[in-house]
Amino acid sequence: MFDAIHSFDVILVGAGIVGAACARELADSGLKVAVCHDSDTVGAGATAAGMGHIAVMDDSDAQFALTNYSQSLWWELAGTLPPEAEFAGCGSLWVAADDEEMAEVHRKSEYYSARGVAVDVLDSGGVAKAEPNLRRGLAGGLRLPADAVSYAPAVARKLLTGIQLLRGRVVSATSDGIEFASGESYFAGAVVLATGADLPRLAPELPVRPRKGHLLITDRYPGYLNHQIIELGYLKSAHSEDADSVAFNVQPRVTGQLLIGSSRQLGVDHADIDHAILRRMLARAVEYMPGLASLNGIRAWTGFRASTPDNLPLIGLRPGHRSLYVASGHEGLGISTSLGTAKLLADAMLGRPSAIPREPYDPSRSFNHHA
Amino acid sequence: MPEIRVDGMLVNAAEGVSLAVALLSAGRTRFRTSLSGEPRAAVCGMGVCMECRVTIDGQPHRLACQVQVREGIEVRT
Repeated sequence: MFDAIHSFDVILVGAGIVGAACARELADSGLKVAVCHDSDTVGAGATAAGMGHIAVMDDSDAQFALTNYSQSLWWELAGTLPPEAEFAGCGSLWVAADDEEMAEVHRKSEYYSARGVAVDVLDSGGVAKAEPNLRRGLAGGLRLPADAVSYAPAVARKLLTGIQLLRGRVVSATSDGIEFASGESYFAGAVVLATGADLPRLAPELPVRPRKGHLLITDRYPGYLNHQIIELGYLKSAHSEDADSVAFNVQPRVTGQLLIGSSRQLGVDHADIDHAILRRMLARAVEYMPGLASLNGIRAWTGFRASTPDNLPLIGLRPGHRSLYVASGHEGLGISTSLGTAKLLADAMLGRPSAIPREPYDPSRSFNHHA
Repeated sequence: MPEIRVDGMLVNAAEGVSLAVALLSAGRTRFRTSLSGEPRAAVCGMGVCMECRVTIDGQPHRLACQVQVREGIEVRT
């Protein structure tokens, strides 16, 4: 039975930054769009739990292409964002503890420069001058001035302006629509799963696993930091498949607060604070920035990244389905890559060419060689 | 009686009290100003409500109710 009120061109499941960005792009392309969410607010999952770092990354060419494309879209969006989105172009500073990491700074500098991304290589004194609260004696660092930070839930709210929200827990999604736990159904010409780490509940065959993280926020200390600072060892941490890992990653908020991270744990499904890993994470931060130990932390929390075997997101048609799409698996880069994801997904759905190749993120790609 | 300096003014405090008590005894009811411009002062007195934050000897966000008054400290509200 056809019911116009219960029918849309596209229904998106998930109102995080990725779902919101995709909804915006599809609505702007002229489609009648609705977004399902099952929290009191939109952007309440990993979007709220994450740092909101908008970074260009170079773990792989495909990761670079998507983060770089997305960052240019962020800077286009920035002028339209409301103050509560707290967008700030503070830049990133990757710090090298020793000569081995400094060699990595030079490698990255060449990689980025060859692709037109502005970077500055800093020596030991340059890092100390850029960030006086870092410990002395670091080997150097790499500054990416175009990197930025934002409060992503406020961005998600802004992107969803004028888009119909459907409240409820989606228990099944097909090419033709969705069904809520209440039994209520909605029909659509296409459905998009943008449910982050919760993807396996609706698409169990796709290789997304939750990777837990912790963050702590401090009281307001304006001027304490100038950049988002990350240790180069972060990359080793981010790629670790087995062991729990921590890495120094600290971010200045517009309020003067500092966000301190980061931790990664696979195979943990409860959201409670793990005090042992929180302690390790903070101890790591204090190694790099000793003064942090005397600041007031006011809240710590956890969240779940949607990780994939090759550290690339899943963007496109769910294999074996006619018009059921996926936009998930963004691990720690969902905010960075949300806007590019939205373009690629809409391009795929509408048969448009894309600014960058879509194949590396196709959910039907092979993951075998990463197993 | 310990003598402390509050926003540049000398204040005599009772021996052995918290800084929050010393400030209130001296008639200071604005320990800090909220982001929206409202006055804030100690509420719980036991280190939980975070309302009594002051800068002590250059260190911001110290809890006045959790610091015992000491001769010569420099307090900014």
